[in-house]
Amino acid sequence: MDPYCLKKLNIERRARRAALLLTDLGDGRDRVIKEGDPVAGELGEVIAKAFLSGQSGVVEVDGRSFFLNVHLPPPRLVVIGAVHISQALVPMARVAGYDMEIIDPRTAFATPERFSDVRLFTEWPQDVLKTHPLDAYTAVAAVTHDPKIDDYALEAALKAGCFYVGALGSRKTHAKRVERLQAVGLSDESIATIHAPIGLNIGAASPAEIAVAVLAEIIEAFRARSLRMPQTLEKTA
Amino acid sequence: MTQLNTNELDPLLIAESWMLDGRDVAIATVVETWGSAPRPVGSHLVIDEKGNFEGSVSGGCVEGSVISEAMDVLTSGEPRLLEFGVADETAWQVGLSCGGHIKVYVERLG
Repeated sequence: MDPYCLKKLNIERRARRAALLLTDLGDGRDRVIKEGDPVAGELGEVIAKAFLSGQSGVVEVDGRSFFLNVHLPPPRLVVIGAVHISQALVPMARVAGYDMEIIDPRTAFATPERFSDVRLFTEWPQDVLKTHPLDAYTAVAAVTHDPKIDDYALEAALKAGCFYVGALGSRKTHAKRVERLQAVGLSDESIATIHAPIGLNIGAASPAEIAVAVLAEIIEAFRARSLRMPQTLEKTA
Repeated sequence: MTQLNTNELDPLLIAESWMLDGRDVAIATVVETWGSAPRPVGSHLVIDEKGNFEGSVSGGCVEGSVISEAMDVLTSGEPRLLEFGVADETAWQVGLSCGGHIKVYVERLG
């Protein structure tokens, strides 16, 4: 492996950006390809598919054997609101392999006693997200249903292209939220991608059941990321 | 998928830090698997010239053999594609007792 390639690959991985190491198994040469980098021909198609599926493997193209090692950032879950549902989500998210963080400026809710083993920010979303930006491999679930806390985070999540954006609240609450988000200049298309009411419809009643519904919806969105890929491809075309 | 939240155990980050320390480094990568294989395609084992290693390409079944091949690769600079499966006589020596079959690509860094 080329030392330069290793450095470049690790820079991408540390920055939570998708990258792929392409190794020619015939001559041992390798190169790093970032998601969205244009690659021509059949190899380009195979690479685009690999970024989607996250599956590494050997491919034969033009009589040559290549190994594609895909490095997708680990999915992350940012929850706005240190509420009962969030408490139930902590162990579930961990089991499902999601790094979870909670943001809630309300010190009465965001206490270390209630959230002992998760990263907790007792600050406003606008302050945390400035130094701790959202990205395409992050899911955002806003569960305070307080516009003062949720709205900024939802706006930031839509702008960052988060693979999942969900917001707790009834249809009526959400209708008002839609008006506020329109007022800050977000497009209807973008606002329509918010999952609200939040969670898959499994008839969840208790906070723990709602947490299951939310996590299931996040997993579904992550595995269906292909839906957002056409936009990425258009951008590079 | 690679998890980056346990940096100390990330083989590619370790390989980079070893390289910066001036150590000779070989990188072994699982490139193909058939049947039951303990580590998925893309998994890494990194080895230095003294035989120190981090990461894994199997559940500990073939690491010893990969490390000794890595020593030759470090000397020659020529990458090797190794294949491991269950062979009757060697199943409990070098091979996968789980019944799987894997291919491991071993190369020198630099």
